[in-house]
Amino acid sequence: MIKKNKIQKKPDVINKFTGNSWAYSKQVREHFFKPKNLLLKDPNRSKYDGEGIVGSPACGDVMRVWLKIDKKTDKIKEFKWRTFGCASAIASTSMLSVMVSEKGGMKIDKALQIKPQDIIKRLGGLPDRKIHCSVLGDKALRTAINNWFEKTGQIERIVKDGGQILDPHTKTTEADIEEAVLEGATTLAAVQRRTKVGIGFPKCIPQVEELIRFYREKYFGPDKK
Amino acid sequence: MRMKKQLYFDHAATTPLDPKVLSVMLPYLKNEFGNPSSLYSLGRKSSQAIAQASDTISRILNCQPDEFVYTGSATEADNLAILGTIRANKVKGGKIITSQIEHKAVLAACDVLEKEACPTASCGRGFEIVRLPVLKNGLVDLEVLKKSLDEKTILVSVVMADSETGTVQPISEISKIIKENSTAYFHTDASQAAKHLDLDVEKLGVDMMTISSHKIYGPKGVGGLYVKRGTKISPIIHGGGQQKLRSGTENVAGIVGFAKALELIAKNRKSNNKKIKKLRDALEKGIWKSIPKVVLNGHPTLRLPNFLNISILDIEGEAMLLYLDRLGIMVSTGSACNSQSLEPSYILTALGNSYEYIHGSLRFTLGKENTEAQVKYVLKHLPEVVKKLREISPLNIALK
Repeated sequence: MIKKNKIQKKPDVINKFTGNSWAYSKQVREHFFKPKNLLLKDPNRSKYDGEGIVGSPACGDVMRVWLKIDKKTDKIKEFKWRTFGCASAIASTSMLSVMVSEKGGMKIDKALQIKPQDIIKRLGGLPDRKIHCSVLGDKALRTAINNWFEKTGQIERIVKDGGQILDPHTKTTEADIEEAVLEGATTLAAVQRRTKVGIGFPKCIPQVEELIRFYREKYFGPDKK
Repeated sequence: MRMKKQLYFDHAATTPLDPKVLSVMLPYLKNEFGNPSSLYSLGRKSSQAIAQASDTISRILNCQPDEFVYTGSATEADNLAILGTIRANKVKGGKIITSQIEHKAVLAACDVLEKEACPTASCGRGFEIVRLPVLKNGLVDLEVLKKSLDEKTILVSVVMADSETGTVQPISEISKIIKENSTAYFHTDASQAAKHLDLDVEKLGVDMMTISSHKIYGPKGVGGLYVKRGTKISPIIHGGGQQKLRSGTENVAGIVGFAKALELIAKNRKSNNKKIKKLRDALEKGIWKSIPKVVLNGHPTLRLPNFLNISILDIEGEAMLLYLDRLGIMVSTGSACNSQSLEPSYILTALGNSYEYIHGSLRFTLGKENTEAQVKYVLKHLPEVVKKLREISPLNIALK
C-alpha cells in the first residue's frame, strides 16, 4: 500500500495540448501577497540617491524604483518600489528588491548584471506565458542606478542598454530582441511573450519583426519558403 | 477541516450543474446505455429520450423538433452555422458579415474562410469577411450593417449578448434590416443570452441560433444549433449520419440534461431574472459607492441582468483576481496578463476602451445561486483589495 505522505503533489497544472502551465510557485505567492520593501508614499527628493521608472499603463506594467547607495562601498543599501501590474510583475519587483539589498547590499557592478532569468530563478520559476511580466524589474533597477551615476557625476559608468531603444515604454532594445531570438523566440508572438515589446507601442512592431527575421536567419539559417 | 468559502461570480464562464438536471441524466449514464441507433428496446429507449428532449427544446424555441441539431459544444454549433452555410452556398457569393465582439468560435471560423479560396471571388481570393464595429455602449453599428449588405452576402452572424459585457443586441431589428436588404441567412450565438432572454426564433427572426448547455446549468460537452427548415447547409462532421446534419453517436445523457436545463431556465426565467438583477444592481451600486475611479464597460441598461463589467483604474485585473480568489471570490478579467495571447480583451478593445482601462477590468457574472450575503461579502472585501493594490501601484490615471 502506498503511504499517503509519499505521494508527491504535482507542483503545477500543465495543459497537455498547449503546454501552458498555470500555478504560481510558493515564492511568487509569498512576494505577491506580502510584498517586501514597498514605498507607499513618494519620498522627498533628497531622501534617495537614485530613482527610475519604466513601463506604461498601456502595456500593462509600470515599475518605479528608489535606491539608497553607499558611495564608499559602492553597494545598494535600500531598494524601495511600487509596481502596477499582475502577480508576476509585483512578485518579481519584490524579489528583486530582496536580492539587491540582502546580506548588506549588492555591489553596483553586480546589480547591473542582473537579468530577468536570475529573478525568475529565485522565484522558483514562472509559468511560460508570464515571463514577460518579469522583464521590467532589472530595467527599472538599471535606470535608477544610471540616475545615481548622473547625480554623482560618474558619467563614464552610465550603462547604455544594448543598441537602440525600440519601445520607449518597456525600454526594449535591439539587444533584447537578439537575446530573445537566441533563446528560441523566433516569432513576434514569442518575442512579445518574453519582452512585451510593442504591446503598448505598436508603432515599433514592423521594426521588431524586421529584427526578428534578421537574427533568426543569422542564428538559424535562412527561412524555408 | 472547514471548507473554503466559495463565492462563484463567473457564470459567463460556466455554471454549476442543476441537481434536477443531474437526476434526469443519471439513468442514461447507468442502465440505459443503449445506442440510439439500435433497433432493440434498449436502443429505442435512448432514441425516445432524445426525441423527448427535442420536443422540449422545440417548444421553448417555437420551432419543429427536427430543426434543432445537437453538437458537442457551442463552438461546434457556431462552426457548423458558419462553415456549413458558406460551403453550401458559395456559388451564390462570398461575403460574410459578423461583428468585432463575437465569440472566438465565430471569429476563428471566419478567419479560416478568409484564407479559403472562394469560387465567386477573383482568382485565389478568399471569402470577404466584414467585421462590424460596435459603438462605445457595446451595440453593433447598424448603419454599417445596412451599407455592407448586398446580394453576395451569404450569412450574417451577430451575437445576441457578448461574453464580456453582456450587452444585448437588437436581434429582431437586425433580422428586419437583413431581410429588407438581402437574401442572407441570419445566425446568432445565444450562449450567454439563453439563460435570460426569450428564445422564440419566430419573434427573433433568426435562421440559425447557437445554444450552449453548460452556460444554463446543464452538463458540459453538449450544445446545439437551431437551423430553420429550408436553410441550405452542409455538415462539418461526417460519418454515420445519426443526425442528418451531424454524425456521431448522440450524447444521450448530455442531451437529456441539456433539454431539462433549458426547460428549467425557461420556466423560471422571469423570477430568476428579477432576483439576479436585484443582486447585480446592489453590487454595482455598492461598488460605485465604496470605490473611486470605476467605469462601467458595456451598455448601462441594454445588458443581461447578470453582467457587471467594470474597469478599476490604476491597478491590474489579474492581481485583483488573485487577491479575490484568496478570499474565495471567483471573477474574471479582460487584462492582457490573463490571456493566452498577451492581447487585452478584443471585445473591450472593440468598445473603444484604451488599454490602461482594459488592464483593470473585472467581470462579475451572477447566477441563480448567488445570495445577498455573498454580494455583501464582496462589497466588504473588494474595496480593501483595491486599496491595497492602489497603494502598491505608482499610477494615478485621470478619469476620462
